[in-house]
Amino acid sequence: MPTATEKFNHADDATAFVANHARAKWHDQALWFVRQKRDRMANSLPEWEALRETASSIKAYTIAHLAELLEQFERQATKLGAHVHFAKDAAEHNEIVLGILQQHGVKKAAKSKSMLTEECHLNPFLNRHGIDVVDTDLGEWIVQLRNEPPSHIVLPAIHIKREEVGELFHEKIGTEKGASDPTYLARAARRKLRETFMEAEAGITGVNFAVAETGGFVVCTNEGNADLGVSLPKLHIACLGIEKLIPQAKHLAVFLRLLARSATGQPITTYSSHFHGPRPGGELHIVLVDNGRTDILRSDEFRRSLNCIRCGACMNTCPVYRRSGGHSYQSTIPGPIGSILAPSRDAETYYSLPYACSLCGSCDDVCPVKIDIHHQLLTWRREIAVRGYLPWSKRLSMRMMSLVLRRPWLYRLAGSLGRFALRWSPRFMIYNGLNAWGKQRELPLAPKQSFRALYRQRQAKNGKS
Amino acid sequence: MPRVGLFIPCYIDQFYPQVGLATVTVLERLGVEVDYPTAQTCCGQPMANTGCTDQAAPLAHRFFEIFRDYEYVVCPSGSCTSMVRTHYDDYFQSEPAFEPFKHRVFELCEFLVDVLKIDQLGGKFPHKVGLHNSCHGLRELRLGKGSETVGPAYNKSRQLLAGLNGISFAELSRVDECCGFGGTFAVNEEAVSCMMGLDRVADHETAGSEIITASDMSCLMHLEGLIRRQKKPLRVMHIAEILAEAMTP
Repeated sequence: MPTATEKFNHADDATAFVANHARAKWHDQALWFVRQKRDRMANSLPEWEALRETASSIKAYTIAHLAELLEQFERQATKLGAHVHFAKDAAEHNEIVLGILQQHGVKKAAKSKSMLTEECHLNPFLNRHGIDVVDTDLGEWIVQLRNEPPSHIVLPAIHIKREEVGELFHEKIGTEKGASDPTYLARAARRKLRETFMEAEAGITGVNFAVAETGGFVVCTNEGNADLGVSLPKLHIACLGIEKLIPQAKHLAVFLRLLARSATGQPITTYSSHFHGPRPGGELHIVLVDNGRTDILRSDEFRRSLNCIRCGACMNTCPVYRRSGGHSYQSTIPGPIGSILAPSRDAETYYSLPYACSLCGSCDDVCPVKIDIHHQLLTWRREIAVRGYLPWSKRLSMRMMSLVLRRPWLYRLAGSLGRFALRWSPRFMIYNGLNAWGKQRELPLAPKQSFRALYRQRQAKNGKS
Repeated sequence: MPRVGLFIPCYIDQFYPQVGLATVTVLERLGVEVDYPTAQTCCGQPMANTGCTDQAAPLAHRFFEIFRDYEYVVCPSGSCTSMVRTHYDDYFQSEPAFEPFKHRVFELCEFLVDVLKIDQLGGKFPHKVGLHNSCHGLRELRLGKGSETVGPAYNKSRQLLAGLNGISFAELSRVDECCGFGGTFAVNEEAVSCMMGLDRVADHETAGSEIITASDMSCLMHLEGLIRRQKKPLRVMHIAEILAEAMTP
């Protein structure tokens, strides 16, 4: 979280990430590899675009009927024997989870990946109350051991090299010094995490899809850690944002096909676990969290961002994200979709995120639920200007530019003067600390005459006015 | 033959007049009557993309008034064309004449392929060319199929280039990744912008491009800025320049 004194600007963090060029390049290539896998998978389904369209319309329906679907889900889940809780914000969510854990005298909980609990900062909250929570997704566990947030919503430790994981594991769980073989490290992690699975008195999971029709929900993992985490303890707490609902079970056929293909380029996640009420003798709590989502729901411009199924495809394709790293966004959900969601929560702090985008539009085209991400980022820029969060220097330069461009004579004059200055100024006058363009780039060679001047001469020569 | 209002982006007018002239050459050789209304300045995209829509609005209205009576408006920039066709709607909610008008505004290659129905231009251009697919043309105007989408392949710029004798294409490893220009992004996010650009340049070098071409000069301005600073033996040419050169006997 940035402090009030140092105003957060994505460009500063991005510059720091790019400064380590080898790492930035490696990060870019690692995620581009995932994007290519996604492309191959998408292309293996001729009906891909129709599937996206269908998913988009199911989500649009869901968001439009969210209140009644939530009630239906609550009814059905309760009928199945689950306890359903509603939390208006992160604090309430954390209190509810803590209350349930304390009621059961839980000291240690195994958690499978849940971006919602990251968003609510559940781990540090529970730790402060004497409860040990272990993230059991390998990537999440790695970032937990490093005491840092995930840098990607699907690949939480994508910013960390395996050699670094080796060092971390050596220090924390006693693997051999210098070992960086992924299989060796994964086995060591598995052994260690098995202890957690054996000891945990509660399993906390996220939710990928909650089905209003049945009151059941689906958790997708590749490591089976959600299943392991909730199999031994009697207590299962599932936490989800209210936008995770889908109306009917048959809709899973659309979303499960899209999710893994978009996320990691797999035909389906290794485990798609369906939960319908508590297991025999167990207790199931479902915590549905708003935390600003109904504010987004009320906004015509940004409502569609609630379609997001958290696949991370927009991050993998984003040329900025790939080169600036997830932490440069300083937000639980980074990347293109995060740059819409973060300012929805706090526009003043996150004003720079909608500008961390070249408006290339690639995110819109990989999004499995067809969120018009780059258009929404553009809309956010307008919002940020309207709310007065744009730095004055930018506002002033845009106003000046507009004043000039509204007057053709002034535009012609400014153009001539500018080109003249570019041609005749000594290099140090042009290329200095004030010229961000010129740090690594040459400015265009200024021609003597503009197009309009040359066009006029050409017309005169051809005998036209 | 149709009468066309020529829409020349402000930075082409000021910095790349040869691109504007090449556009005129291509259109006139195809028998199009071209008119360049000199009252035009800028479509307002820099202001709109910064979020300063109040500053962009008067420019959008000026643009409409200047060009509204032309049968077609043609522009050698996918990005500026898209500004009008995709992003002007908000400024014209009480102006019913805008909706039909915006569908008469075309990017140059799109105009040649979709309106003039040109399959092959003829002429020769014996060079190895790397085509940079500029984002707004590709993903907003859909001048080609983006690598993200699933469906039949097409690409209007490449189709026109492919018809030239002697041309060969450098095949890139990332066929349509953004160059990192992005308007004010180029200076706001200078580090990422330049890394993106240098990655594109490297891809072209590996693929053996002799010339990098695009339907947007802004991408090429950014790439050329990097190429000249690093003194690399690559050239950039707007697609209109290539077509005009090929069509000139």
